[in-house]
Amino acid sequence: MTLLVATAIALVKLPGLFSAVMLTGIYSLLSAALFVLLDAVDVAFTEAAVGAGITTVLMLGTLSLLGVSTSDHEPIQMQPIPLIVVVITGAALIFATQDMPAFGDPDAPAHRHVAPRYLNESATEVGLPNVVTSVLASYRGYDTLGEVAVIFTAGVGVMLLLGRRRRAPRGDQDEK
Amino acid sequence: MKNDPVVKAVSDLLIPPILLFGLYVQFHGDFGPGGGFQAGVIIAVAIILHALVHGLPATRSRIPDHFLRITMAAGVILYVGVGFSGILAGGEFLNYSVLADDPLTGQHIGVLLIELGVGCTVASVLIMLFYQFAGRKGQR
Repeated sequence: MTLLVATAIALVKLPGLFSAVMLTGIYSLLSAALFVLLDAVDVAFTEAAVGAGITTVLMLGTLSLLGVSTSDHEPIQMQPIPLIVVVITGAALIFATQDMPAFGDPDAPAHRHVAPRYLNESATEVGLPNVVTSVLASYRGYDTLGEVAVIFTAGVGVMLLLGRRRRAPRGDQDEK
Repeated sequence: MKNDPVVKAVSDLLIPPILLFGLYVQFHGDFGPGGGFQAGVIIAVAIILHALVHGLPATRSRIPDHFLRITMAAGVILYVGVGFSGILAGGEFLNYSVLADDPLTGQHIGVLLIELGVGCTVASVLIMLFYQFAGRKGQR
């Protein structure tokens, strides 16, 4: 946790975008380690692969695409209004955590609704040793279907936005 | 980096195990951590590593865009298809228990197939994203 906070502070303070991208990768890796500590191995797996791996590569690709050099960074002036908004939002969020159940509380709402059914019955109803997979793929199959549809739509969107120039380079030149 | 023989040799050595690990995560997701999404990401990472080391055209000629377009859609279709085959077999949409005589076997088949669909779509979308981002640079 301390390392996470330190990385976040360094991320804000760093001037270059390149090193900022690298630090976001480190941040993802650290949060993956935190998820492992919380016994959420599946989430940690995803975070390490997507957050630290793919996202960093894509961000670097974007940087090289935009041709942003690492040095042309103007110092940002202190802006009072955004700062006030951020502080108020942060305070409200911290205030709201007071109402949250204690960490690991067995009586928390999240552990009383459908979770017991998932944990107790999934061995007989779905029969997979990994409860996370059976929840994701079987009990919450609709949600996962929506997720896949979102990913597919994102891919199609990027193809339409970025791939267009490649397919019709001559038409673009004619218009100009 | 493209011309560094050490980088080339090491990544050529690493890509097959990464792909194999991706498949392991894909099909072992029922038993251990992992599943279609993670497996798709890992497979995409292997392909992206290949593209980084050997250059985008080399990878693009091996895994062409139209192939990715097909696998992208095939994953979603496989997922929805499993859902509808549940209806055809007499159950509800995405009810895997009716896919086999034994409900547990049916669940297992259903989960395996939809995870395959997820992995298929995720891997091809991510590779496609990388292609589009990295391939645009050469256009200017």
